[in-house]
Amino acid sequence: MAAKGDIIIDIERCKGCQVCLDACPKDVLEMSKKVNAKGYQYTVKVNSDCTGCANCAIVCPDAVIKVYRVK
Amino acid sequence: MAEQSIISPENLVYKKTEVMTDRELHYCPGCGHGTAHRMLAEAIDELGIQSETIGVAPVGCSVLAYYYLNVDMQEAAHGRAPAVATGIKRVLPEKYVFTYQGDGDLAAIGTSETIHACNRGENILIVFINNGIYGMTGGQMAPTTLPGMKSSTCPMGRDVKTMGNPLKITELVAQLPGTYYVTRQSVHTPGNARKARRAMKKALEYQKENKGTCLVEVVSNCPSGWKMNPVDSNKWMEENMFPFYPLGDIKVPGKGLVNGGKDGR
Amino acid sequence: MTKEIRLMKGNEAMAEAAILAGVDAYFGYPITPQSEIIEYLMSANTAERTGMQVLQAESEIASINMVYGAAGCGKRALTSSSSPGISLKMEGISYLAGAELPCVIVNVVRAGPGLATIQPSQSDYFQAVKGGGHGDYKLIVLAPSTVQESVDFMRLAFDLAFRYRNPVMILTDGIIGQMMEKVELFEQQPRLSEAPEWATRGKKPGEKSTVVTSLHLESEDMEQVNLRLQAKYREVEKNEVRFESYRCEDAEVLFVAFGSSARIARKAMDLARMKGIRAGLLRPITLYPFPVDEVRRLAGQVSGMLTVEMNAGQMVEDVRLAVNGRTPVEHFGRFGGMIPGPDETLKALESRLEEWHKKQPAQAE
Repeated sequence: MAAKGDIIIDIERCKGCQVCLDACPKDVLEMSKKVNAKGYQYTVKVNSDCTGCANCAIVCPDAVIKVYRVK
Repeated sequence: MAEQSIISPENLVYKKTEVMTDRELHYCPGCGHGTAHRMLAEAIDELGIQSETIGVAPVGCSVLAYYYLNVDMQEAAHGRAPAVATGIKRVLPEKYVFTYQGDGDLAAIGTSETIHACNRGENILIVFINNGIYGMTGGQMAPTTLPGMKSSTCPMGRDVKTMGNPLKITELVAQLPGTYYVTRQSVHTPGNARKARRAMKKALEYQKENKGTCLVEVVSNCPSGWKMNPVDSNKWMEENMFPFYPLGDIKVPGKGLVNGGKDGR
Repeated sequence: MTKEIRLMKGNEAMAEAAILAGVDAYFGYPITPQSEIIEYLMSANTAERTGMQVLQAESEIASINMVYGAAGCGKRALTSSSSPGISLKMEGISYLAGAELPCVIVNVVRAGPGLATIQPSQSDYFQAVKGGGHGDYKLIVLAPSTVQESVDFMRLAFDLAFRYRNPVMILTDGIIGQMMEKVELFEQQPRLSEAPEWATRGKKPGEKSTVVTSLHLESEDMEQVNLRLQAKYREVEKNEVRFESYRCEDAEVLFVAFGSSARIARKAMDLARMKGIRAGLLRPITLYPFPVDEVRRLAGQVSGMLTVEMNAGQMVEDVRLAVNGRTPVEHFGRFGGMIPGPDETLKALESRLEEWHKKQPAQAE
């Protein structure tokens, strides 16, 4: 079965603030073990429970998340 | 069975609005400025008024707001944004004009310009970011710093006896007949951010009707200035800022002051 | 067509000239001795006549920033004040110069320092021509000496402001602002219909947004901005020097005076001529750009120069710089709102003649 929602994270622009983690109702997001070129840990998707609610993208101060949802 | 990707243009439901540029924001990790910019940009986008909007940037952390907001903008001297916006609006009354100002800019050095623009009922939107601190200069006391709150110029905490009281300028301007819609919002949760966007959109709609000054305060965080990680700063904001600066409408069309204008609940 | 001649007070004439020049907006704050400008505009029904916006702001600081906002939209914006008010405007003036916005600022000078007095003075010369606010910038400074020039310079000031994208100051004083003279007004000029490309008028779809700013955080960029400004000022110095000479052809001594003190110096010059002293008068009209070349040229001809100023000696420094030691340059002034009379001005000249002649005897005819 296809997932209902999905996201693309621009990890190079992520500053690792973690505000999106709290905003996600499905605990889809976690911080990476690695760091990006800026030296920040970045947000990664760790499961396929995403519903495409866009909460993470809305609170992301750096607008690094694109959201997809099957309509 | 392998999962089928749903990532395709027709399924795209949220991306950064075109009213934001592609430039990377210079703000500290977790700072509310980025989200506040975007909520304003989305309000402009939803109304389809990008080409009819002129903004005024302040002095403070958001001094470079024009790097990110993809509309024509003018950079004002510290605190003077409402006067600059007045000049713009008076010669181009058909345009949508907003200022974007921090607490030091709007409620300390620019108090006079703020109050008088509101009192004249200039048809402008004032977006007021209140994080209780001077971020850009390195975390000094702001007019809105809470009693007891520490900053580099009140390292033992703000002593209201000698340093004065935090200024609730939003409640203050709500008292003026020139203001039409005055509200206090935040952008730290998805729900709050959406509400803030709706408030800014409403304010811009009222501007089209020449209803008077609209002010949207956004109570925000300053992880670097408060010396906290972003998530903790948002929690601290909820626990300490919101009781003093309660979220919600303060003055609404048709009703005037809500709850006597005493707080936003 | 017969030209209309009117008897007008200097301040009111400038206000009328602003309307006729097609000014889009005036923002001001009352201060003596120039409040007639805003009073005139407020009663002139400008909205109907030309659509000009007139607003009394809450302060001089607010009014100059309103000028910034309107000028940033490519509009002709005007403000006026008097000395203490101009000091308050200096922040905004520096920003206007930095953002290269055209505007016109009228300073009807009163005596200083501090609150001082409402009487006329020329003690804001330094502030006007040397910058006044922070940073390396220049204002183009026009100094009328008649009500007629006050009118004519309003239009000229806006032409220069837009030609060079630079603030222009009309530096006048309480004498010219308050006195009545005959003036011939010019015909109504249209307000600007086209926006310059640097103006914020709403981003056109598909084009980059326009930003009006004086902020350039990178020093390399800021140096380039400064170099561009300096190049502009050199152009201004090359093209825009204006002065008037009275009987300089055969002068052996020279008065140098601007604005209302030039009128006094001219009378003193006439008195000197009656006594057989071959005096001349050079009246700088643009105080910046200063008529350096003309002063330098005359330095080779005269045995001495006397500046007549209603201040403690300000323009005299620019005259000395131009003369560069070739001939004695001295200052005669009254200040604090006192106005020098022609007799005492002549005496001031006469008291120096012997010494000047000793140093550099004038050539016999």
